[in-house]
Amino acid sequence: MARAVNNRYQPNLINRLLSNKKTRKVIAPIIAATFFLIIWQLLTLSPDANLPSPIKVIQQTWELIINPFFDKGANNKGLFWQIWASLQRVIQGFALAAIVGISVGIIVGTSEFLFDALDPIFQVLRTIPPLAWLPISLAAFQQSNPSAIFVIFITSVWPIIINTIAGVQQIPQDYVNVSKVLQLSRKEYFLEVVFPATVPYIFTGLRIGIGLSWLAIVAAEMLIGGVGIGFFIWDAWNAANVSQIIIALLYVGLVGLMLDKLIAFIATKVVPDEKK
Amino acid sequence: MIQTQTKLTLNQRVVTTDPFLVIQDVAKIYPTAKGTYTVLENVNLVVNQSEFICLIGHSGCGKSTLLNMIAGFSQPSKGIVELKGQPITEPGPDRMMVFQNYALLPWKSAFENVYLAVNSVYPHKSKAEKVSIVNENLAMVGLSDAADKKPQQLSGGMRQRVSIARALSIRPEILILDEPFGALDQITKEELQEELMKICGEQQCTVLMITHDIDEALFLADRLVMMTNGPAAKIGEVLDIPFDRPRDRDQIMEDPEYYNLRNYALDFLYHRFAHDDE
Repeated sequence: MARAVNNRYQPNLINRLLSNKKTRKVIAPIIAATFFLIIWQLLTLSPDANLPSPIKVIQQTWELIINPFFDKGANNKGLFWQIWASLQRVIQGFALAAIVGISVGIIVGTSEFLFDALDPIFQVLRTIPPLAWLPISLAAFQQSNPSAIFVIFITSVWPIIINTIAGVQQIPQDYVNVSKVLQLSRKEYFLEVVFPATVPYIFTGLRIGIGLSWLAIVAAEMLIGGVGIGFFIWDAWNAANVSQIIIALLYVGLVGLMLDKLIAFIATKVVPDEKK
Repeated sequence: MIQTQTKLTLNQRVVTTDPFLVIQDVAKIYPTAKGTYTVLENVNLVVNQSEFICLIGHSGCGKSTLLNMIAGFSQPSKGIVELKGQPITEPGPDRMMVFQNYALLPWKSAFENVYLAVNSVYPHKSKAEKVSIVNENLAMVGLSDAADKKPQQLSGGMRQRVSIARALSIRPEILILDEPFGALDQITKEELQEELMKICGEQQCTVLMITHDIDEALFLADRLVMMTNGPAAKIGEVLDIPFDRPRDRDQIMEDPEYYNLRNYALDFLYHRFAHDDE
């Protein structure tokens, strides 16, 4: 008797996992992805479909997936090396953008004159698409690698500047007044008041910036060539290998997500609890 | 025209005759799109050393404007504001403020908030000395145990205590309080009033305090400055509060003079200068 009652009230496994909030966070996306793959598979069943089915993609790129570290010289490298090359450019360009963006943002944010003078210029420059900067930077640097890094820099610097300025401008008047009454030195004022009050805004800028950097690098590398995930995609297109393109796109998405999470994680460590 | 006052009260609260803070013919006029707007006009007041002054008046009458000129955040359009004979031109730690919203830095603990002030005002003292000043002042407001807590972990009353400790730690010539207890509940408010009075009595601070609470003013102040309504507000009347110090709340409330003064102030605020909301 007891057993029968138990069975009747025990929901099946999927229902149980979905009713728990924590496991649902994992299970629900897996279900959604499975549905997506099934639809994709169905749409590409016909033998004359233009795009490969998911199963075909995996079959055709199996070598690339299981062996990301091969290095056969020149551009013929595993996906890890391709992504690593792109990441290095992004890290250099983005680091530069962070240093310049935060410094410029803090300086411009604390001066009404500089803000009035420069804000309109920032607003115009920030709307320029990343790739539109490439010809200018190629003309200036004459080399592909510094040009790509410059494109990353110029793409990600605007949101960092603009958010830092917004952060400095929102510092409550009370904090400014306290600093004035105490006659804090300029150094103390920046380190003890302006910077901590602005950090959450800076990290918003950094997160937007890293996302844009990663968007820009793929496009820029398609044009400049060499090792890098962007040119890998372009190369695959020229070789009519759509499966490789699809697997590269997946990797680009995952790395982009990881970059974003990385910045968010650093923010949780750096941003004071009270400002979150 | 300096009014000399010689009061010798129970605890020998010394009131000197030298002018300490002088506010003379002060006006504050703001330019606006529709011409000029006069907030204050013909304001005259002399504050003696170690006097406790409360300022009362309806909102918009320019109390804060006056305090801001004493703190040095703004300059009078006419007249002079002088401390010990020196015109006030900028904010400085000799005129430390206690703000209504406490103005503590939320990313710093109670200790660090006070330390920032001590460190800035006494850059040449040794670290140990500065630490001991901070601890002393936190102990004075009863917050030794909460020194490592951040403002968000503290109640409103405790935050204002930190703010008072910060202000007193740097030994200002004048302590300026802008409605410091306005956001607190009645019990916390009375506790803090008593502590403030005790500390100021011990340290002989000169205090200027804005309040909306007549009972608070009667309990704390030596003189109550009542302002007329704006625009072009000025000091309407100055009431001497003659109760002996140290004061006991229950005791002064039994004094018939308390009600005379209270009614007088209420009459000033609600009849003679009633707030007209047009």
